[in-house]
Amino acid sequence: MAKLKAAIIGSGNIGTDLMVKLGRSEYLELTAVIGIDPQSDGLRRAREAGYAGVDTGIDGFFEQGLEADIMFDATSAKAHIYNDKLCQERGIKMLDLTPAAIGPYVSPAVNVDEHLDKRNINMITCGGQATIPMVAAINRVSNVVYGEIVATISSKSAGPGTRANIDEFTETTSKAIEVVGGADKGKAIIILNPAEPPIMMRNTVYALVEEGTMNEEGIRESIKEMEKTVQSYVPGYHLRAEPIFEGNKVTVLLEVKGAGDYLPEYSGNLDIMTSAAVRIAEEFAKKELKETV
Amino acid sequence: MTIERDIQITEVALRDGSHAVRHQYTVEQVQDVTKGLADAGVPYIEVTHGDGLAGSSLQYGLSKVNDIKLIEAAVDVAGDSKIAVLLLPGIGTIEDLKEAASVGAKMVRVATHVTEADVAPQHIAMGKELGMEAVGFLMMAHMAPIEKLVEQAKLMESYGADIVYMTDSAGYLLPEQVTERINALRQELQCEIGFHGHNNLSMAMANSVAAIKAGATRIDGSVRCFGAGAGNTQTEALVAVCERMGIKTGIDLYKIEDLAEEVVAPLLPVTPTITREAITLGYAGVYSTFAYHAKRAGEQFGIDARDILIELGKRQVVGGQEDMIIDVAAEMARAKAVASK
Repeated sequence: MAKLKAAIIGSGNIGTDLMVKLGRSEYLELTAVIGIDPQSDGLRRAREAGYAGVDTGIDGFFEQGLEADIMFDATSAKAHIYNDKLCQERGIKMLDLTPAAIGPYVSPAVNVDEHLDKRNINMITCGGQATIPMVAAINRVSNVVYGEIVATISSKSAGPGTRANIDEFTETTSKAIEVVGGADKGKAIIILNPAEPPIMMRNTVYALVEEGTMNEEGIRESIKEMEKTVQSYVPGYHLRAEPIFEGNKVTVLLEVKGAGDYLPEYSGNLDIMTSAAVRIAEEFAKKELKETV
Repeated sequence: MTIERDIQITEVALRDGSHAVRHQYTVEQVQDVTKGLADAGVPYIEVTHGDGLAGSSLQYGLSKVNDIKLIEAAVDVAGDSKIAVLLLPGIGTIEDLKEAASVGAKMVRVATHVTEADVAPQHIAMGKELGMEAVGFLMMAHMAPIEKLVEQAKLMESYGADIVYMTDSAGYLLPEQVTERINALRQELQCEIGFHGHNNLSMAMANSVAAIKAGATRIDGSVRCFGAGAGNTQTEALVAVCERMGIKTGIDLYKIEDLAEEVVAPLLPVTPTITREAITLGYAGVYSTFAYHAKRAGEQFGIDARDILIELGKRQVVGGQEDMIIDVAAEMARAKAVASK
């Protein structure tokens, strides 16, 4: 079966986990992992797995005449702006796992169909990927006037980029709760927990629905359905307890266990980002392949 | 005229005490208390939601009045006293800090879990850029070995913090443990050291005295113990103790006592006492704000709040994880239902 060609920019933890996931894809063929450090463990792994390991950045990738229809960018917001420009010139679709947010925020469980034609897609944040589907699940039944999420991740799975720019997490996630989740107002909180052994990613969603629109049965069903939808690309995603209803407030407790591909299982926060990005790329590939047949 | 002070006391009743009133402070209450504190000569007064700037949330409790409004109201009547704000990166942001500075806040206390100082550099740097005094506030200090505490305190200092606090958020530490920690910090840091205690095990005063003796020069207190859990070191008693020790706080004893008795006490929904839940906080090493939520979750799920708190302690839950209380209570209720079948 025909596949679209994909490449990964960034040979760190995220890039390497993407590599493992793309290796299993029926719709995408990984060609190269692009880094800037010749000593990088990720590039060594890429070469061992039979992919091109480029250590001279995106420029090196093009200079070597390598090809891709889709790029996954797991570098930084700053590097992404440069990478995106080069890809745009060449008509390559970009999946942005950095906070740059040049393109629209997308969750595969919520709004992927609206944005499959966009050239650049932003993956929001890990907390956003984990919680916004539930905000949307509630909002499709009863209008959510306020959506608040709390993401707790193990200290070990919060990299230096997240730590140095923690406001980016709260600001981006809050905005996406509104834009993608459909809440009139969004708020996000992130907590790092250093417990040993490391904790699984834990998320709580609180939603206030418009007075008089609460439909407990409908919301409960919608939440369960959404759990299944997310599980189709993140099998370790699950409710920790039955949704709690108090007045016009709904509380959803979630846990994300990672697939343990390259990253440890407790890094559900990173796994949900890579899994969601791969899912979006696959949806795009399915559509492209169908259209070209 | 400059007042001579050996230590600088920060009054936290209008921030830590925000928990005790479920974040329902009004502009009038904040102004009444601030006026009294300023008149008594308290150098720093912290005014923010209990969980810091932008803490108003379903997770921690919604504020009746927005932080910035309360800060502005306090600044208006603060006289020579400086208004401080708390900021927890992950909850509040640099934008919130800029707003607080624009209405006159003069000190920012950037609070992180004791092992996570590296989420604070941007906020501390912004505080300095805005002309504020910046404090690195290391919470739940009992949860890390002393070497780790020192390492994290040095990070805070390296980001530009003028003061680093060792914060006993759970009211867990005993006086000799405070002495050890402050001594270690004193030896390794150039900046001033602070201590913030909770009275859950009735140790707040003894711990504050231990901290002062070991060289801490910044101490937090709350009038009438108006703080989370069993409250903090009682400010008016601390002023009296310091006078006996020959340590100048610059605070007028009678005036702060009168404020506590006549203005603050009537505000209190319940007199702060060391309840069974509060003792459990200190005993299990759990964040002091959890008592209220655990009590509520306990009633909701039919579980003893103390059992919930002890389980949270075992799971090494940190400050801010209030959602884990319902999670754990729901899990315990399920286990109980299974066991009784």
